[in-house]
Amino acid sequence: MRARERFERWKGWLYLLPAILFLGAFFVYPMVDVLIYSFEEGYNSASQTYFGIGTYNYSYVLHDPYFLQAVKNTCLLVVITVPLSTGIALLIAAGLHAIRPLRNLLQTIYFLPYVTNTLAVGLVFMILFKKTPYSDGFVNLLIQWFGGSSVDFIEGPYWAKMFVLCFYTIWVVMPFKILILTAALASVNPEYYQAAKVDGTSEFRIFVRITLPMISPMIFYLVITGFIGAFKAYSDVVALFGTDLNAAKMNTIVGYVYDMLYGDSGGYPSYASAAAILLFAIVLTITCINLLVSSKKAVKAW
Amino acid sequence: MVRKDWKTNKTIAQTATYLMLFFWAVLVLFPFYWMVLTSVKSYSAYNAEYIPKFYTLSPTLQNYVEAFTAVSLGRYLLNTALFTIVTTAVMMVVVVLAAFAFARLEFRGKNLLFFSFLSMMMIPNELVIITNFVTITNLDLRNSFLGLILPSVMSVFYIYLLKENFEQIPDSLYYAAKVDGTSDLKYLWKVMIPMSRPTLITILILKVIECWNSYVWPRLITDDAAYYLVSNGIQEIRENGFGRENIPAMMAAVVVICVPLVVLFLVFRKKVMAGVSRGGTKG
Amino acid sequence: MEVTLQNLTKIYPGRGRKRQEEVTALKDVSFRIPDGQLIGLLGPSGCGKSTTLHLLSGLQKPTSGRIFFGADDVTDLPPQKRGIGLVFQNYALYPHLSVMQNILFPLQNLKGKEKLTKALMSEKAYEAAKLVQIEDLMDRKPGELSGGQQQRVAIARALVKRPKVLLLDEPLSNLDARLRLQTREEIKRIQRETKITTIFVTHDQEEAMSISDQIVVMKEGIVQQIGQPQEVYDDPCNLFVAKFLGTPSVNLLEGQLRAHSLYIGGESVLSVPDTEETREVCVGIRPEGFVLQAQGALHCELCSVEVMGRDNSVVSAHPASLMPKLRSIISAEQKVETKNPVVSFDLKPSKTYLFDKETEKRIPIKLQTRSQV
Repeated sequence: MRARERFERWKGWLYLLPAILFLGAFFVYPMVDVLIYSFEEGYNSASQTYFGIGTYNYSYVLHDPYFLQAVKNTCLLVVITVPLSTGIALLIAAGLHAIRPLRNLLQTIYFLPYVTNTLAVGLVFMILFKKTPYSDGFVNLLIQWFGGSSVDFIEGPYWAKMFVLCFYTIWVVMPFKILILTAALASVNPEYYQAAKVDGTSEFRIFVRITLPMISPMIFYLVITGFIGAFKAYSDVVALFGTDLNAAKMNTIVGYVYDMLYGDSGGYPSYASAAAILLFAIVLTITCINLLVSSKKAVKAW
Repeated sequence: MVRKDWKTNKTIAQTATYLMLFFWAVLVLFPFYWMVLTSVKSYSAYNAEYIPKFYTLSPTLQNYVEAFTAVSLGRYLLNTALFTIVTTAVMMVVVVLAAFAFARLEFRGKNLLFFSFLSMMMIPNELVIITNFVTITNLDLRNSFLGLILPSVMSVFYIYLLKENFEQIPDSLYYAAKVDGTSDLKYLWKVMIPMSRPTLITILILKVIECWNSYVWPRLITDDAAYYLVSNGIQEIRENGFGRENIPAMMAAVVVICVPLVVLFLVFRKKVMAGVSRGGTKG
Repeated sequence: MEVTLQNLTKIYPGRGRKRQEEVTALKDVSFRIPDGQLIGLLGPSGCGKSTTLHLLSGLQKPTSGRIFFGADDVTDLPPQKRGIGLVFQNYALYPHLSVMQNILFPLQNLKGKEKLTKALMSEKAYEAAKLVQIEDLMDRKPGELSGGQQQRVAIARALVKRPKVLLLDEPLSNLDARLRLQTREEIKRIQRETKITTIFVTHDQEEAMSISDQIVVMKEGIVQQIGQPQEVYDDPCNLFVAKFLGTPSVNLLEGQLRAHSLYIGGESVLSVPDTEETREVCVGIRPEGFVLQAQGALHCELCSVEVMGRDNSVVSAHPASLMPKLRSIISAEQKVETKNPVVSFDLKPSKTYLFDKETEKRIPIKLQTRSQV
């Protein structure tokens, strides 16, 4: 009986053992390890030795023009795509909410980008925007129709490349946002609308004064997840501009980490770690703001 | 009169709404259309179009043949399928066991452990991938399925999601099963899993999407084309495949890669959308 | 199967970091249940009746004390080895399994020598289903059944292994009033037919009284009184039992024993021949213990008369009353003069109880009507 009782007490750990092993080996240990890496100066991956402990890796990364370029790109991407995508998603969700026929079909269509391979569809975008000697490409055709002059969006000027990147990023993140906002709109009790209509409130006023405040927690959630997601942008950039992002001047922070780790310019796990920790600090800050604001809201609701 | 005005206003608003919605639908669908269209244009026809055409009168499947013969697309698909199935299967087992322990069993340190699991949701993948890369390299597991799969298995969020679901099942069912002498594992298998099927399917689909589209980890850990997944395959095709930029063949490959998930989505439309709205941004 | 509980104590340890105080759910509970009886465990919530049931089922282990089924000590046996059937308050039917599969579930767990063939299993399942009259519902899912039908399925599932003891946790609380009456007859019938020793838990005294062979009244983990329902009702051993049994509940007044008489508010209402004592007491009078009498000893201020058909309920007030209103049940044949502000009663000695004001224990003294003095 004794042994059995002791077994009962520890049985839970047995069930959790696989999860703990996986998490320990591939989450907890790496977390600690990456922090250590980031402070080990002059790490040599061949001999696995280092000179000393310090913040040199951080200062190297922070002075690396490639990193600064990556930070600039990432920040631009965040600042442009997050408000735009959330705003457009709100418009579309409100539109979806206002109609009956075709709603399901449209919802299904809008969701398609979520299930497609970012790399693969990115290739399609590249072809649509690319200008080659053989063809100006589809988008330039449109521009010419409207009387503009063609631009190479993939290997041309910085603003053009940034535009494609933002465009594609928005295209990719929209399904999630539309889905969440449509659900949020549907969850608002219709009695509020009826009450407002009885009072003769205009549709616009209803939307601004009733709908928006009621779904604001969801909008906030989307903005936060949008920030985090955009700060971690990488594979859509690769899809558009290829793997040599530094040369294209289109690298992102995550891209910088991977490039430091592996590939032609790779082999510097210390620099990669330092950059990754910096990214983590940014993401953590946003998460904390999120927690702070939402807990404040929860307190208010009390 | 007032009534009529109100009616026209409403019609205008409706029309504007539909116009906007259709516009976005076109924006979403157009890349898919272009991808399929290009994939059925012949190589010579495509390159002859300085101004791209919106249709083709002589569709060909030659590009699909090319995609499977000139580059090892079949191999990539097979690799991805294998990777997806094994990773998802192992994850399901691990997640179900963990969620069961958290939801159903009492043991010392449970709350602390659960809290530390939750806090792990905040760690971005990008952070741990560095050490994982070193670990897998040191274990000599580069260019192997084991190396691909092991770090991709865990998803703390799914443990959380499933635990919440398991906790909805009334305790009395557990006690009833205990009175009948049902073992914990049998109860999990015969009662909890069938009762949580919708959530399990949701998790399954989300993980399959994640696996099928995963790019970063496979890219770091494989440089032998024999182990490429579709994302890396497409990147490889783009940079080195098909000789001189055979775009139609490339698009054929893209179509082939996209089809399985689109079909999965169309079949399980409701489940996928419900699942995504309950948990998960892309990536 | 005779069931014996011997000095059962259950203490829940303090939980959490703050070390809440431990809770004693059961304190030294001992009683014996004769074979083949239907026993109601009765008490307000938190009285320990559910804990008792869980200890009997084996889902929980007592802190100390023993449980015997017949001569066998089952205290350390896990639930499945005890030969019990348990019906849960919310029935605990598996929602994804059909009625048939639900009833089969316990049989499928049998292993080794006890293992049954498929045919035998379904035969047993049908037998159990027939007993509770649900044999037409075997292919339905629990979600498609009414509350009463779910209850029957739960009972069938508990009975399919032919348990030696059947335990029911609040079997009627999830049913509406009409079904409740019907189902309690049903439980009684099933118990008669199977002759299985059955123990059920309830907080509804009417439910317990109506079908139990014996009731066990509990409060705060301690057994207050055990006996046949009528016996316990007529002869409560303390104030709690008197208050807990009977609707409308017992009326309480302050009284005084003095000069061989029971005085309420200065009026001698009953004579007490066997004691010389002078003491303050608490008097409990069942609603049916009041007799409308023009020359009655107890004068109350008449508040209202509620017509209930067969009876009238007379609501009145008295200065010595410990409750806001006194409620008495008077046969409808006796007319109450509502114009008269005062109503007079005589008291039935058998329906009047005296309790110690401190200990709330019954004072075992014989009461008589005044005329007999």
